[in-house]
Amino acid sequence: MLVLLFILFGAMAIGCALGVVAQRNPLYSAISLIGVFVSLACLYVMLAAPFIAAVQVIVYAGAIMVLVVFVIMLLNVEEEERRRPRLRFLVPAAIALAGVLIAEVAFILVSVQQVPVAAGSSVSDVGLTQSIGAALFTKYLLPFEITSILLLMAIVGAMTLARRGGLIRSREQTTRG
Amino acid sequence: MEPQLSWYLALSAVLFTIGMAGVIIKRNVIAMFMCIELMLNAVNLTFVAFASFFQDVTGQLFVFIVMTVAAAEAAVGLGIIITIFRNRESLDVDEASILKL
Repeated sequence: MLVLLFILFGAMAIGCALGVVAQRNPLYSAISLIGVFVSLACLYVMLAAPFIAAVQVIVYAGAIMVLVVFVIMLLNVEEEERRRPRLRFLVPAAIALAGVLIAEVAFILVSVQQVPVAAGSSVSDVGLTQSIGAALFTKYLLPFEITSILLLMAIVGAMTLARRGGLIRSREQTTRG
Repeated sequence: MEPQLSWYLALSAVLFTIGMAGVIIKRNVIAMFMCIELMLNAVNLTFVAFASFFQDVTGQLFVFIVMTVAAAEAAVGLGIIITIFRNRESLDVDEASILKL
């Protein structure tokens, strides 16, 4: 049952990821990316991480993608035009090297040792909101505080960049005035 | 039979490779940005898989922090994209090859 779910959500994630790259319209890419996020959230639930799955849907599929779609709509992005393919002779070389890479990865996957502990086999509190919060505010308090400073810097930077007139022009105005 | 750790790692590697190929192939800044988000998510999947299989909460904590960094990156990156579009009337990275705004 879990194997079937893994194959379903994994195939969904890979298909949507290919859609992100293959689509020429950025809006379609964004919608495919939301599909990737949702299927990854389902995989997180399978891995006994319900909190991370919820945050994935709320923060990624909610906040970040709304911001991206908002910018796409704001800038009225046109579709990418097809370009004349350059470096045509490199395509067979790239295919050959990709084949070698896939063979190497398959060898590693076959020869890697299986980890004895399976997901969800034993009942534990790893992944519950309580354990994450306890670790976040005791052992990992320093990364948490650094993250808050990072968010503050991001707020200031985004406001400076997106301000009316931009950074350069407003500086010119102040020197002129 | 349950899904093994290596399956999740393989899925994560595939997603990361697709994202990296997108960053290389795409010309549109916003599309490149979305491919970077895809790569971040592939790494997040690795973290959660290891945290689940080794019964350690640290991996999930770092996924949380990566998400925060991705949110900050989205805010600042989209601000930069808007500034580039205002100055050049285009989102093509080939036309933004000069650092001067």
